Amino acid sequence: MNISQVPRGALSLQDVVKIYDPDGSNVMAVDHCSLEVAAGEICMIVGPSGCGKTSLLNAIAGFHDIDRGSIRLDGEVLCGPERRQAPIGPDRVVVFQNGALFPWKTNLENIAFGPIAQGRLSRAEARGKARAMMAEAGLAGYENDYPGQVSSGLRRRVEIVRALINDPAVLLLDEPYRALDALTKSVLHEALLEIYYKTRKTIFFITHDLEEAIFLGHRVVVMTARPCRPKQIFDVDIPHPRDYGVLTSKRFREIAAEVAEAVNEEALKSFSRGEREG
Amino acid sequence: MSIAEPHRPALAEAVARWAEAFRRPTLYLAVLGYALMLGFWYVSVQVLKLPRFSQMPALTDVVREWLSRDPAYGVSIFTPIYYQHILVSLRRIAIAFALATSLGVPVGLLLGWSKAFRDYVFPLFEMLRPIPILAWVPLAIIMLPGDELPVVYLTFLASFFATALNTMLGVKSIDPAYLLAAQCLGASRWRIFAEVIVPGALPFIFTGLQISIGVAWFSLVAAEMISGQFGLGYLINTSYTTVEYPTLVIAMFTLGIVGYSTSALVRRVGEGLMTWRTRQLAMDGRG
Repeated sequence: MNISQVPRGALSLQDVVKIYDPDGSNVMAVDHCSLEVAAGEICMIVGPSGCGKTSLLNAIAGFHDIDRGSIRLDGEVLCGPERRQAPIGPDRVVVFQNGALFPWKTNLENIAFGPIAQGRLSRAEARGKARAMMAEAGLAGYENDYPGQVSSGLRRRVEIVRALINDPAVLLLDEPYRALDALTKSVLHEALLEIYYKTRKTIFFITHDLEEAIFLGHRVVVMTARPCRPKQIFDVDIPHPRDYGVLTSKRFREIAAEVAEAVNEEALKSFSRGEREG
Repeated sequence: MSIAEPHRPALAEAVARWAEAFRRPTLYLAVLGYALMLGFWYVSVQVLKLPRFSQMPALTDVVREWLSRDPAYGVSIFTPIYYQHILVSLRRIAIAFALATSLGVPVGLLLGWSKAFRDYVFPLFEMLRPIPILAWVPLAIIMLPGDELPVVYLTFLASFFATALNTMLGVKSIDPAYLLAAQCLGASRWRIFAEVIVPGALPFIFTGLQISIGVAWFSLVAAEMISGQFGLGYLINTSYTTVEYPTLVIAMFTLGIVGYSTSALVRRVGEGLMTWRTRQLAMDGRG
């Protein structure tokens, strides 16, 4: 795989504030949120529904602006006082909650889209590279299928490859496995880790699923109920590479209990306020 | 359908498909539907002779006239004039539909894509759209020279609105995640337009074209009944005024058949352009 192995993609969030003000209601989604994500880290963001996790991810991706604070990527300012909104670009590729593979393009065309769109590769080169990456990710044989023809689990894997082919600094995953069943999830978790061990990409991963968060992450950041800021950060001191065996280990259970307690407090707050799913 | 073997010759494939069609109720139900309608016509006019139906042309008269080498009222499948009427109507439809599509799709895409354009144009568009085609007839005749242009214009108008509106809705129906994903992957605005907006709107565009071809025939006949020298609408109108009722019914059925064929053609083209969608629907068992 033609992807750099040098760890990059260190994210630095400082005092990020995001206020939504659609009708003068001044809803604060993100409140002075500071967080350092090391290059090559898998950072899992956990928090109650509607707490503003996605707002944070969208700010990093450049989908919307921030009201205060700054976000840096490998030392370079993405957004800050001078530029409120980060540019959208292939150094930070988002994998969406419900998946955003183009249904009118085949899996191969979807993956080849980025390099062609950026003008980095010719159509033929991009397709060749996409084919090679699909083979490496165990997706050979599905090149000419349309996303609508394959299972949702497979679609998620294609979408990760579509992001990776651009050699991004950070992968931004917004609850990508939310709607999947537990068995499919477990397969996808191991597939994601396999890709991670090859590429060592920084992964910023939002989830509701505590088991997923602890199994995948170097760290689990538990967010407060809205407005969102880190409440507690857990180091998952289970060494990588991991496999599904760790789920039954004593250490895993201990961490899970601690994380669950922290999340539960916030979930109750959020629930009592009647937050919408989001 | 059963799982098709990959290398079956085309002929065997076709035979198998027909054999399959004969095993299913769909075909028989369709035949039954026709039989019921024709049966009702025959019985009400020729057997029961219901009061208001006495003036109606009889089923047997219409069929005899249609297939006659020497038709009593001058129009049958053996007379060149029959085909001239069809061809004139088809040509008007083709011109009007082509114009409506080549203008309606870009206008619809712009309406969906650019807020500024929508703000300028959409209020006007929505005011003009509900005006019925028949209301346009006098202006069309005053504005445009000759017999041909007003008819084509009227045919074009309704089609244009149907196409533009559906195209706009198609653009608006696109999941915003596709646009963000394309931006993330480094696509320029123009590439997003060409590779996300247009294909994303295509299912709606073709729904619009289906409606558009239907309203094109509707408006054409209305226009031909008022103006023009040939065409199926003209034929219906003249055979009414000259009390040549079998010809009137022949023209009606011909309209049905030709109209159905043109919609089928539009649908085929759509399916050809959207294999991804056809396959997805087939996967969901809705193919």
